Amino acid sequence: MSELSSLDNAQPLLVAEGLAKNYGRLAACRDVSFALYPGEVLAIVGESGSGKSTLLQLLSAQLAPSAGHVAYRMRDGVLRDLAELGEAERRFLFRTDWGFVHQDPAQGLRMGVSAGANVGERLMAVGWNHYGRIRDIASTWLERVEIDVGRIDDAPKTYSGGMRQRLQIARNLVTEPRLVFMDEPTGGLDVSVQARLLDLMRNLVSELGLAAIVVTHDLAVARLLSHRVMVMKGGRVIETGLTDQVLDDPREPYTQLLVSSILPP
Amino acid sequence: MNAPTYNFAYLDEQTKRMIRRAILKAIAIPGYQVPFASREMPMPYGWGTGGVQVTAAILGPDDVLKVIDQGSDDTTNAISIRKFFGKTAGVATTTSTTDATVIQTRHRIPEASLHAGQVLVYQVPIPEPLRFLEPRETETRRMHALAEYGLMHVKLYEDIARFGHIATAYAYPVKVNARYVMDPSPTPKFDNPKMDNCAALQLFGAGREKRIYAIPPYTTVVSLDFEDHPFTRYRFNAPCALCGADDSYLDEIVTDDKGGRMFVCSDTDFCEQRQAAGHHGTESAAPHKEKAHV
Repeated sequence: MSELSSLDNAQPLLVAEGLAKNYGRLAACRDVSFALYPGEVLAIVGESGSGKSTLLQLLSAQLAPSAGHVAYRMRDGVLRDLAELGEAERRFLFRTDWGFVHQDPAQGLRMGVSAGANVGERLMAVGWNHYGRIRDIASTWLERVEIDVGRIDDAPKTYSGGMRQRLQIARNLVTEPRLVFMDEPTGGLDVSVQARLLDLMRNLVSELGLAAIVVTHDLAVARLLSHRVMVMKGGRVIETGLTDQVLDDPREPYTQLLVSSILPP
Repeated sequence: MNAPTYNFAYLDEQTKRMIRRAILKAIAIPGYQVPFASREMPMPYGWGTGGVQVTAAILGPDDVLKVIDQGSDDTTNAISIRKFFGKTAGVATTTSTTDATVIQTRHRIPEASLHAGQVLVYQVPIPEPLRFLEPRETETRRMHALAEYGLMHVKLYEDIARFGHIATAYAYPVKVNARYVMDPSPTPKFDNPKMDNCAALQLFGAGREKRIYAIPPYTTVVSLDFEDHPFTRYRFNAPCALCGADDSYLDEIVTDDKGGRMFVCSDTDFCEQRQAAGHHGTESAAPHKEKAHV
């Protein structure tokens, strides 16, 4: 089994080739190619308007690319082009094998229903039909993301920003996805809450062996979470490499600017 | 008497054809909500404009019509719709469940079992079972198309989390023919099992929402539930005060301002039939009977 999985790990999970997206004359994203391997965390950094979020939407098949394609290795080991999947398959993938953590938890959660139901929704969507078991799993996940289990029946609209974000993570991870997309997961949180959340995410990612694509403008997030970094500017990937290498020894003038614009601790 | 200025059953023939097409499609895809061009009717939305249009489209001169509102044949809504078709179609009307060929209903399924050849027409206020969980119609349609019904269980989960049991007592979601999840209109969940494998054709009309859906005869209708919290029927734990029935759905009637109350069958026809057959409860219906208007 371990032999098999190590063999699996040698094959990319997600492959992007020549991805581009144009909005009329505006090229939001140009010629992006890379491969993501199982268990690998890739950070996409760049300033606002550099095409990070567009790229994330292209990769997660929420937007159709103007050119190029994205392929994903399904659980049966077959690499399939996302554009060729039917809508039902794509949506199924989205709520089982993938997770998507939004910057604004209100987009990723049902704010009016209890935390337990929020976490359990994906399970019920794949046919779980036992209240007690769903609730047990939901409690376990709330514990894992450090939310007091006593608040399982409270709606996320009564939660603080940091708790909402952690709940959103729990909701996404409950079906044990292999790939998680994160769009500015720590945006809008204060620094101490950010630090806790990052710590939590780092632990979860390594425990579960998740692959993740994290879009962020915060280089500290990239440094803490990711193995590899892609720097974007004007819709293009201008530099890519191991996180430490890119952040400690940036090659491109823009990356140098980005790195030097962080205040030294 | 037939009012000569109206077409048979009020609606013009083209409209009836359009509605019949929607009905045929609805029967072909059990539980699927078929859009139709709902017309203005001479009654306000919420009074059964959808049901009335469906009834108008299927009614023939030989039909016998029964109209009930919350099980009762003698509420304003039931009487006015019955008179409406008496006037515009000249059809025979009845209060007897067994004699009727078309039964238009609001919020109840009659206690007497329905037989083959009968049509039960429901008045539906909100046809979309997912509406309060997912407000986007584009999204709910897609969810129906892909049979993504996890969200429906979220609602039941919430009930149990909050009340300890599935507290939804009416408009209890069902799965029709193992495919579409459907809102059975606000009938009490007591009536849900009657929809399963029913001999009569069941048609649902939502006038304001412009949707028609159907359950063909002898179709499986399953109420959604959890393995550890199975679907249960609910009725007040009392016999009917008038006919003594202990298996019918009861209305609670407040009789004074000192906490007095009585429980009577919601299905008036069922209750009267039983009384005529000699059954009686703790109260008598006789002293309360008003003199018939001449």
